[in-house]
Amino acid sequence: MKSLMPILTVVAAIVVLWYAAAVALNRTWVYDQAARAGQPVPGATQVVAETMRLERPVLPAPHQVAAELWKGAFGQAVTSKRSLVYHAWITLSATLLGFALGTALGVALAVGIVYSRAMDMSVMPWAIASQTIPILAIAPMFIVVMNSMGIQGLLPKAAISAYLSFFPVVVGMVKGLRAPDRMQIDLLHTWNASGMQALLSLRFPASLPYLFASLKVAAAAALVGAIVGELPTGAVAGLGARLLSGSYYGQTTQIWAALFAAAIVAATLVGVIGQLERMTLKRMGLAR
Amino acid sequence: MKDTMNIAPAVIEARGLNLVFQTDDGPVEALKDVNLKVEKGDFVSFIGPSGCGKTTFLRCIAALEYPTGGSLTVNGMSPDEARRSRAYGYVFQAAGLYPWRTIAGNIRLPLEIMGFSREEQKARVERVLALVDLEGFGNKYPWQLSGGMQQRASIARALAFDADILLMDEPFGALDEIVRDRLNEELLRLWARTEKTIGFVTHSIPEAVYLSTKIVVMSPRPGRITDVIDSPLPRERPLEIRDSRAFIEIAHRVREGLRAGHSYDE
Repeated sequence: MKSLMPILTVVAAIVVLWYAAAVALNRTWVYDQAARAGQPVPGATQVVAETMRLERPVLPAPHQVAAELWKGAFGQAVTSKRSLVYHAWITLSATLLGFALGTALGVALAVGIVYSRAMDMSVMPWAIASQTIPILAIAPMFIVVMNSMGIQGLLPKAAISAYLSFFPVVVGMVKGLRAPDRMQIDLLHTWNASGMQALLSLRFPASLPYLFASLKVAAAAALVGAIVGELPTGAVAGLGARLLSGSYYGQTTQIWAALFAAAIVAATLVGVIGQLERMTLKRMGLAR
Repeated sequence: MKDTMNIAPAVIEARGLNLVFQTDDGPVEALKDVNLKVEKGDFVSFIGPSGCGKTTFLRCIAALEYPTGGSLTVNGMSPDEARRSRAYGYVFQAAGLYPWRTIAGNIRLPLEIMGFSREEQKARVERVLALVDLEGFGNKYPWQLSGGMQQRASIARALAFDADILLMDEPFGALDEIVRDRLNEELLRLWARTEKTIGFVTHSIPEAVYLSTKIVVMSPRPGRITDVIDSPLPRERPLEIRDSRAFIEIAHRVREGLRAGHSYDE
């Protein structure tokens, strides 16, 4: 548990800085309110106390966000539209579907790139180009085009997730499928192994460490994609919707709570993949 | 064709073999006018300094490189046909075992690829494990074995599918002297028991003399054969034979051959 101390120190520093920033940013509002009400200029302790309990602060204090998170997660049934768990699940389901689609697409493209010279020469520039387009610009196009084809709901969001998450998988898997050295490839050649046999017996297993590293990046990207995908649909449900409706009504605390909920979901996803990675690589004798 | 067929057909026969690599610094003659005939049951060592083409020649036999001139036959076929008919097993300098497979799983790999039945795979794995003295290690993972044992497992893997030629590219090069002596002794026993034809690349003179019935001395720039020595040593060779006069004389001749072929004007 030696690693716990530095982490806690950093967290404590962030919380202190956050409180200081909350006071600095919300102070003007407190002074304005007092002036408008014709009250005398409030003292320092009163200002600090006031900045911590504003309804719509510029920057909510950490305990306000924590309280909002708690209320959102446990304050009502998880099926309620006010439940953060409900909204997180909406976003997570699109994320998981998009992540699965993106991973499958990424692996398929990587296999194509490694086995076909034509794909090797042509696919990568397009994959890179696809990631240079701002996702905020292209997400509404996905929604509109798919809507015109009669596809609504989960799939358009998942498509945007997949669009963001296939890329790290392609890059990692191309590297991973090419990880076996010359000697191992030659050895399979001496046995007259087919391309498929080489893929299944050597290249896939050897690429797993690279795949897991890519999956962690892809999972986080998929979540961003799902949230962005929820913005143009008019904020019906999901963490993206919470962010958007929060900004409509100046509910900054709600925005921050949704942001933290998204961060928690992403951290959980990456953590689960990390655990799978440790178990798999240890079993395969590839653990470093 | 007729003369090669009459008494002992050559297992490996090279005639005027050339191989030129095109590199950025211009063409490199890796092999030039190589002529060699290897008969069934021979133990042939290829010895020479690095760059003499000994590994390249072995890779040509295995159809891992393609000669640019001359002719080369393996079991009377082209090297590619011989590879497809599983004429040889190849052992590299590193064992190259898959860390995610057990020792038995690694030895089974070529058998799976070649489509042997499950019972057949099991029987063959047992048999070759016994052949390299690794009985009882089938369920271990490579990291649980020493370097010498891993290399023995890789030899077992090369033997598993009954190729009658065994090609070995400095298989014990990365091991220490003591382990090496032991593996050399075992290799000779294995050769006597299985009657395979073995092609063995090395840069150790004692190793070449101790193991071989035929020693091919090579030299670089261009890669060529400078001497072929048919060893007068008996096939039965205890380690002590290395102190005998005959052994020392052959070693001397190999050393002279290496010296003559090596130009010091670079």
